[in-house]
Amino acid sequence: MVGQIVSAVGVMIVGVLACIAYFWLSNKLLDMIFPVRDGDVMAASRSLRRRAIVRPWLFVGPALLVLVVYLVYPVIATLILSFYDRSGTQFVGISNYQWALNDREFRQSIFNNILWLAVVPAACTFFGLVIAVLTDRIWWGNIAKSLVFMPMAISFVGASVIWKFVYDYRAEGETQIGILNAIVQGLGGTPQVWIALPFWNNFFLMAILIWIQTGFAMVILSAALRGIPEETIEAAVIDGANGWQIFWKIMVPQIWGTIAVVWTTITILVLKVFDIVLTMTNGQWNTIVLANLMFDWMFRGGGDSGRSAAIAVIIMLAVTPIMVWNIRRANREMGGH
Amino acid sequence: MAAAVAQIRRIGLPRLIVHLSVLAIVLLWLFPTLGIFISALRDKDQLAVSGWWTALSTAHRTEVARLADPATQKQEGNLYVIAGNVWEAGDARTIDSFGTRIQEPAAVKAGETADLGEGETLQVNADGSYRYAKAEAFDGSRGRRIYLTVTTPPEFTFDNYRTVLNSEGIGRAFINSLTVAIPATIIPILVAAFAAYALSWMRFAGRTLMIAMVVGLIVVPLQMSLIPLLRMYNEIGTIFGVPSKTYAGIWLAHTAFGLPLAIYLLRNYMVGLPKEIIESARVDGASDFEIFVKIVLPLSFPALASFAIFQFLWVWNDLLVAMVFLGTTKDQIVLTGNLNALLGSRGGNWEILTASAFITIIVPLIVFFALQRYLVRGLLAGSVKGG
Repeated sequence: MVGQIVSAVGVMIVGVLACIAYFWLSNKLLDMIFPVRDGDVMAASRSLRRRAIVRPWLFVGPALLVLVVYLVYPVIATLILSFYDRSGTQFVGISNYQWALNDREFRQSIFNNILWLAVVPAACTFFGLVIAVLTDRIWWGNIAKSLVFMPMAISFVGASVIWKFVYDYRAEGETQIGILNAIVQGLGGTPQVWIALPFWNNFFLMAILIWIQTGFAMVILSAALRGIPEETIEAAVIDGANGWQIFWKIMVPQIWGTIAVVWTTITILVLKVFDIVLTMTNGQWNTIVLANLMFDWMFRGGGDSGRSAAIAVIIMLAVTPIMVWNIRRANREMGGH
Repeated sequence: MAAAVAQIRRIGLPRLIVHLSVLAIVLLWLFPTLGIFISALRDKDQLAVSGWWTALSTAHRTEVARLADPATQKQEGNLYVIAGNVWEAGDARTIDSFGTRIQEPAAVKAGETADLGEGETLQVNADGSYRYAKAEAFDGSRGRRIYLTVTTPPEFTFDNYRTVLNSEGIGRAFINSLTVAIPATIIPILVAAFAAYALSWMRFAGRTLMIAMVVGLIVVPLQMSLIPLLRMYNEIGTIFGVPSKTYAGIWLAHTAFGLPLAIYLLRNYMVGLPKEIIESARVDGASDFEIFVKIVLPLSFPALASFAIFQFLWVWNDLLVAMVFLGTTKDQIVLTGNLNALLGSRGGNWEILTASAFITIIVPLIVFFALQRYLVRGLLAGSVKGG
């Protein structure tokens, strides 16, 4: 164990030093290739111009290389692989997609994903907004916010263990050690195996993600609420609006942009949800989602890269509108600089 | 805003309701985690039979014990007596009450003498010692079965942690997680910082295109990368005769997956730095490398810290990338992977699962509470302004 720590620290230092050495040496080298000497003004300015052309590429080079190798190329390769057979050698046209449309598991995944998309972003945004509004009004609001925000730091796997314990089931009449069944039994109900109840178990899994992500929505919406100009609220008060009206008619419309950002961010996260389903049910009892189905096919029966890639492409298609929207907005913002 | 808040307060809900509802929400949010923290410290036998919310109360349980064989009876005057202790030596549990029939396991209080009829009496004391007497000799070959209501005081222990750290591989996995997370946090920061500087303060062809690419890549699902990368790693492994699952491999993968957000966050921050500082440094003859290292990097510390926290949490908490790019052997499995494996193999052993979960989430929680300020700042920079 000590050996591993030493080697890890060693590799860390080497990695970081190599990074620094690259940037430092490449810049030195550039200055040497295009020297600027006193006297020859023409040559000096030519050198400076050439340096200015090359240097940006030294700075963005490593980033560009990593992005292309690990993200741009794989996206294209996955797209191509989705038209090939299980080993990626034989072109099969759209038959992977045809298979998907007729596959029971795939349909189930699409259905569940839509369910997740309909519930989780809405629930997180709603709870986040409510908590942001409430905590802004009390002196210990920051402590409360910090505690609601805390699950953000917990891994999906850790959160799954936490919630599996909440949902734990013992046969009727025994002492329940899962709090949900303890409450149900205490109220005279029948304890249930919550994560194996078809259809409803989806909601018990969603509760985990809502628990994790509400803090995120709360933090961002809370900042947006603080950015609302006071005058607008004062004017509404003078006009005789009540608290409810102020909230819905004055505050919410002014933070629509932020609500949209929170919503889309959580939407992307939901499309990629994998860990929770894997650890809670591994897709059993009709809880499978696209990301898990895709992972399954990566390894199932030796792996089927064609089907797996087709499912990945479908996830990608779902996020594409958000991607386009983001790029457009970023371009508009850049116009200002 | 304070004045506006005061105004809403005057016209809105009564404050007490606000306090109570926030308290309810906070408790609801805290309760699941609390269950893990408390359970991990409980004695595993108690954990298995009572809810964690009863951890502080003494537990009552009905147990079955058997008195000694009739062969051990002694004659005392005109009585035949079997005496002894229902516990083995060293058992510290106390007996509340006892009974001889399953229907009434707590019929008689400990210390009192039960009259079983026909001159037969049984006395069981709180410490487990008993005296069973009868006017005639006992017959039969087996001791009598009795029922006890036992009180166990709450027991807390670090045994669960000792077990998971040593025999369940969590200790080793902890080191593995650190080995993955620290370089996978530092490398992308360095690479992204240089790129972000170039994208905000240097002019070159294709700059706009590259910014658009970075923004677009932020939302590309990881799933799109997995298959080609897995193939690529396997091919490199075969061609060069090296293992395809290595720490260096996962560092690069995490670097790449974190890079778009890192570049975006840092660029947004660096663009906002005062133009005058950078231009006056240029006039003084400083090269871009010097400007970056001496001026921009120190000034960007808040943004660097924000991203560092994000990336660390994301890498530490990741399961998918580790499952694909690292092995499941002892020297490579990370905490999340180990916990996932335990969920399969130790499904019902909550003492092991809760203690392992605690160890898995404690580092991110410390990071979270210590550096929350930077985390919030990063979130706001990443979300309010962009995607």
